[in-house]
Amino acid sequence: MNQLPGGIPNMLAPRGTAAQHLATLGWVLIVISIIVLILVLIALLVPLARERHSDVQDEPGYNAREHKFVLMVGAAIPALILLGVFLYSMKDIGLWESGSNSTPDIEVTGHQFWWEVRYPKLGIHTANEIYIPSGTRVKIALMSSDVIHSFWVPQLHGKLDLIPGRVNRFWIEADSAGKYRGECAEFCGAQHAHMDFTVVAVPKGEFSRWVQAQQKPAAPPADPAAVEGRRAFQFAGCAYCHTVNGNGAAGRVGPDLTHFASRLTIGAGMMPNTRGALAGWVVGAQHLKPGIRMPDVTMSGAELQAVLAYLEGLR
Amino acid sequence: MGVTALLDERLDSLWETPRTIMGALTTVDHKTLGKRYLITAFIFLCLGGIEAAIMRAQLARPGEHLLSAEAYNQLFSMHGTTMMFLYAAPVLSGFSNYFVPLLVGSRDLAYPRLNAFSYWIFLFAGVFLYSSFLVGAAPNGGWFNYVPLTTRPFDPGINIDFYNIALIFLSVSTTVGAINFIVTILRMRAPGMTLGRMPIYLWSTLSTSAVILFSIPALTGACLMLELDRRLGTHFFDPNGGGSSLLWQHLFWSFGHPWVYVVVLPGFGIVSMALPVFARRRLAAFEYVAMSTVAIAIIGFGVWAHHMFAVGLPTVGMGFFSAASMIIVLPSGISVTAWLLTSWTGRPVYTTSYLFILGFIVIFVIGD
Repeated sequence: MNQLPGGIPNMLAPRGTAAQHLATLGWVLIVISIIVLILVLIALLVPLARERHSDVQDEPGYNAREHKFVLMVGAAIPALILLGVFLYSMKDIGLWESGSNSTPDIEVTGHQFWWEVRYPKLGIHTANEIYIPSGTRVKIALMSSDVIHSFWVPQLHGKLDLIPGRVNRFWIEADSAGKYRGECAEFCGAQHAHMDFTVVAVPKGEFSRWVQAQQKPAAPPADPAAVEGRRAFQFAGCAYCHTVNGNGAAGRVGPDLTHFASRLTIGAGMMPNTRGALAGWVVGAQHLKPGIRMPDVTMSGAELQAVLAYLEGLR
Repeated sequence: MGVTALLDERLDSLWETPRTIMGALTTVDHKTLGKRYLITAFIFLCLGGIEAAIMRAQLARPGEHLLSAEAYNQLFSMHGTTMMFLYAAPVLSGFSNYFVPLLVGSRDLAYPRLNAFSYWIFLFAGVFLYSSFLVGAAPNGGWFNYVPLTTRPFDPGINIDFYNIALIFLSVSTTVGAINFIVTILRMRAPGMTLGRMPIYLWSTLSTSAVILFSIPALTGACLMLELDRRLGTHFFDPNGGGSSLLWQHLFWSFGHPWVYVVVLPGFGIVSMALPVFARRRLAAFEYVAMSTVAIAIIGFGVWAHHMFAVGLPTVGMGFFSAASMIIVLPSGISVTAWLLTSWTGRPVYTTSYLFILGFIVIFVIGD
């Protein structure tokens, strides 16, 4: 699994402002909890080690000292600690403020079981990959087309759900360039475990180049094999569900494939985008990821090779 | 025949359980039913454990193919549902069934037949839920069963119908049981046993039963609404038809979080009564422990949205539920401190039972 981009999504190895705050808060709470636990353990273990022969005075009735002790140690002191913890945690509540209702930089729509990614200001439409400029706060609108999903890039921020009928506003920011693994964090059906995505943070200059490349329509097929592949792509019905901008395919059910070959993975982070994996995916998607909407496509070996050549040309 | 003999005869005909199969099926004796609750819940615990073991085997290494995704989803849904509804609450019902009449000093619970009814409905609901495995359609939406994943367009089989119907039956059983305990504790205490002198376990059972009574309707209602959505075409949870996909979560957790305390409070009560026995002194600060039990039961209704911090609540709402979730720690802190003080100032005998109680306290402190 770890050969896929992004590596282990460890929330305790934060790479963005929000995740940094959350990790610090987490450590503070863990340390306080461990101190309390150690005190309780001592209180439990000391009587264990102690020899007691004398009879304890256990008089029935109200023992004011004991009541006071229980109230102080059990409630008053914890109340002070918790008040501190509460105020300390509230300084981070702003991380969930999305700011304004202005047009988001990115719209992410959850589908069973992949991520549709649109850049409304830039006119870019992609899937399972979110390019962002590093060091910049990027505003995201989260929506769902079917069931509830949850958007989580552990190294960049906390979780926020994608809920049908609602728009949740969020933001992410990566301190430095790199690939960060994201995943669906709300059980969403049969292939919930295979609903990953990658946040690719790149320096500003590189981001502009990526934008320019993505804004272009798909490259026309370059060689005879790819031309034949485009024909097979149409003939096999791929175009009913997939869009390839500029090549006549305009389906809206599955991911936009206009710049498919530029992507890192296939099947929402399931496999690296290699020719072998792609071949298996095209003819056996239901075997690899049962329950998704993509059917197993029936085609001859020659047709498959042609389609692969075509798809590999969609840079 | 003397008056005594006549009375004896009437008593026997009313209360004696004939030693026949019919007698076993129709018994209303609280001890028998209590033991049945314990045994039945234990069997469900074993089933839940087997499910967990199979899941762990699947997770033993990445890419393992022991289970299909669908089978795995059914297993974790059944595991959660079993542990919460068929084990945790019923096993405590079993203890309460057995001990409450003994502790209040009554012959049986206030409504013995209702008690038997409650047990049989519980058993029926459990068997019904498990019969879903026979048709390969066990619930597969998690024990939390979030919509819209569990509405008909996304889950057209009968899996979720098993969940809804079993839980509606279980909620009948639990509600009836709670009413029985409340009436027994409030109306049938031995002369002289004022509320203030009541053993702590009765405080736990009373609080727990009150929580059940006020929290279960949210679950019953939610399951009923979901079943109507699924089979009769209503739109409670369909955002395209004016419904809300978040409504289920609010209903479920306004039941589900109080349920956490339904499961923990009787355990608190048992520890508060058993620990002093082994520490060889009375429970310290009895009144505060009793009050903290009641406080947990009440505050438990105000924290449900901390299960929903990721749905996009307003930050004010998150602050409120965050504060409430911290406040509910305080009564638990009182109970734990009282236990520690009891053990510290007592003369503990370190039997296995006592070590078991200490283990409970440690695990509770880690988990809370």
